[in-house]
Amino acid sequence: MTTLTTGPAQTMASKLIGALMHQRLLAFASLIVLLIVFSLASPNFMQTSNMIAILQATSVNGVLAIAATLVIITGGIDLSVGTMMTFCAVMAGVVLTKAGLPLPLGVVAAIGAGAFCGLCSGTFVAKLKIPPFIATLGMMLILKGLSLVISGTRPIYFNDTPGFDLISRGSLIGEVLPFLPIPNGVLILFIVAGIASYILSRTVLGRYCFALGSNEEAVRLSGVNTDRWKIAIYALSGAIVGIGGLLIASRLNSAQPALGLGYELEAIAAVVIGGTSLSGGRGTIIGTLIGALIMAVLTNGLRVLSVAQEWQTVVTGAIIILAVYADMMRRRKSN
Amino acid sequence: MTKLVDMTGIEKRFPGVHALKNVQFDLHSGEVHALMGENGAGKSTLMKILSGVYTRDGGTVAIDGFDNPPDSPRAAQDMGIGIIHQELSLMNDLTAAQNVFIGREPRRSFGRLDESALNAQTAEIFASMNLDMDPRAHAGDQTIARQQLIEIAKALSYKPRVLIMDEPTAALNDVEIAELFEVIRRLKADGVGIIYISHKMDEIKRIADRVTVMRDGAWIDTLDAAQTPLAKIIELMVGREVKEEPPIIPDTSGAEIALEVRGLRRGREIHDVSFSVKKGEILGFAGLMGAGRTEVARIIFGADRRDGGDILVHGQACNIRSPYDAVGAGIGYLSEDRKHFGLALDMSVRANIAMAAMGKFTSKTGVLNEAAMKQTADGFIEQLGIRTPSDTQDVGLLSGGNQQKVVIAKWLLRDCDILIFDEPTRGIDVGAKSEIYRLLEDLAAQGRAIIVISSELPEVMRLSHRIAVMCEGRLTGILPGGADTAQEQIMELATRREAAPVGE
Repeated sequence: MTTLTTGPAQTMASKLIGALMHQRLLAFASLIVLLIVFSLASPNFMQTSNMIAILQATSVNGVLAIAATLVIITGGIDLSVGTMMTFCAVMAGVVLTKAGLPLPLGVVAAIGAGAFCGLCSGTFVAKLKIPPFIATLGMMLILKGLSLVISGTRPIYFNDTPGFDLISRGSLIGEVLPFLPIPNGVLILFIVAGIASYILSRTVLGRYCFALGSNEEAVRLSGVNTDRWKIAIYALSGAIVGIGGLLIASRLNSAQPALGLGYELEAIAAVVIGGTSLSGGRGTIIGTLIGALIMAVLTNGLRVLSVAQEWQTVVTGAIIILAVYADMMRRRKSN
Repeated sequence: MTKLVDMTGIEKRFPGVHALKNVQFDLHSGEVHALMGENGAGKSTLMKILSGVYTRDGGTVAIDGFDNPPDSPRAAQDMGIGIIHQELSLMNDLTAAQNVFIGREPRRSFGRLDESALNAQTAEIFASMNLDMDPRAHAGDQTIARQQLIEIAKALSYKPRVLIMDEPTAALNDVEIAELFEVIRRLKADGVGIIYISHKMDEIKRIADRVTVMRDGAWIDTLDAAQTPLAKIIELMVGREVKEEPPIIPDTSGAEIALEVRGLRRGREIHDVSFSVKKGEILGFAGLMGAGRTEVARIIFGADRRDGGDILVHGQACNIRSPYDAVGAGIGYLSEDRKHFGLALDMSVRANIAMAAMGKFTSKTGVLNEAAMKQTADGFIEQLGIRTPSDTQDVGLLSGGNQQKVVIAKWLLRDCDILIFDEPTRGIDVGAKSEIYRLLEDLAAQGRAIIVISSELPEVMRLSHRIAVMCEGRLTGILPGGADTAQEQIMELATRREAAPVGE
């Protein structure tokens, strides 16, 4: 009897898995599975407040991961997003707290600082032909050092800038729909995702982003000024990191100069879980968003189940390897 | 006597291509069996099955009488099947000896390498080939011809019983070819079976015992080499009586010079190359592998930097420093290696066609006009007869001929009036070839200046209005096209080496 029942069930399951893989919904399906498993395991998990906490936890990593996605699609890598985020936050602190300038200038400072850092990384990669791994590793250390130097190794608080904390913690949606107090940080994440997605799919910049990752030499031999486009992509990525810097500073209501290291790896993990290929040429923003959500859900869910912090890290690592393996299998099948 | 190799009913399919159809091939001990056929006839595919690179979809591969097809290159090596590839696969930064014994380095205790044994054994193989080369010399420092000889030494080091040679003489001069044939005769005497692939007809007469002809993936005939006239072999290869159709050469005497190159130099690769192409003219570039034709093209296109020389476009000196500059001056380059340098394989036909002219489809804010792009792509698909299910198909899934048409569409869209085609029909089957030829002739008739680089002499002779010949980085002569020039004249120029070569 057992053979009779498991037989069709198995084929059904394998068909379903096949269909999911085929439709590139693997990451999304994993996210749903995780949500179901955790809500079955703990009644506290599916609370609105907990869901919002998960989204809030996703916002900074999500924005950084979107920035990293752009660079990774070109076939590059950016190890500096973490410390660049901190650098941008510190720059906002310098403008707002130390110079006492109005809020919009602080926003411009953070985003501008990010774009400039990206411009530098892009120039190192494109013009000086330094491999992205090395160029951004150098940038990572430079920015970490500069953040400490500029802030005098002490946090810069934004207590004198009213409204700064609202950038991340306020809720425009909550004012309109009181039952849905989604914080602005999350709103910003989704807006950034929408814009990045539009740029990738609808603009020349996006098209060259994929083309560079797919076959840079062919693009160059098509007479395209590949250096210029590459620098532009790194700069755009940097500007998005600047937004990430604002989000974290707003959430902590301070720029913490020692923070940042390790964020780049979390961002890259989200990108990879989301199905973007580290060898370039393939990737989506929605995938990255889901990747970031998976990481946040995992951390949150394991905490709700009171799994020790140490083990949460182990599980995250295993998930990354599993995600990439599944992606490779899917790609091998489709070939 | 048992046959060393006996392949029967071999079938192989690739996506969209039936590469081998019921092919048979056998090899005796101590014979040289030539495998002939045009590019795309399936010779290399058949040999890749024998050497374990591909697995067959049908048929039997009997080695020493047992059906036992090698399932990996390693397995083939263990069975004594050696192959010398057409493309060089040496590691340039290793020495000759390290290349020969890669993966089987002689060792001392604790895994330490035994360099002296390595060099001694390599020297022995070189001596047996009558080759004067230091085993400790770096492979990358050798000329292409000598690199080819290192490859041959590597294959010999396995002491193979079956040796597959895929165009081993493509880069060799007469003396080197004679030495190679001496090696082949010695191997024959030792009972080694040799499968010899070459496009040079005279070599078949000199070295082969039997000839098998393939065409369009099918076995055509196996003949005795001594008793079959060459014309018969060629006829079987082409599938029809061979009629030399020389090109109709238009009168371009009054035409404006589109591109002129004076004294082009680059390192040790290119020495003092000067020539010009007129509007409406097809200038062919002939020469052996490594003669520097591709290098010249890449320098003109700005893909590689030049050390000296001037490039004049429509009479105006042009400071071309990058492909971006070249395209700006109206020069397009279609690389010999479409997959690496011509196309983004994961991207659609539409995106690839638009690649060099993205500006035409972009609004001021940088937003792409997909509808216009689709319309243009569909237009080219229609005009050039690109066989693809739709313009959103990944280019990587198209056949070689259709990929080449996509590259051509890319440059037509960019409106370049000087087009350099590097091996325009490499990897393209016979039918699609003539389509590409017609396309090139149409482009010239429209007043574009065309440069065609090709390693296939018949192709150069079929297309060119004038033929430039290179040897070892120098332009050794420019011949008139059409019936006035014989293949021998081109070969003479292609092998005319520098009077007194330094060293070597």
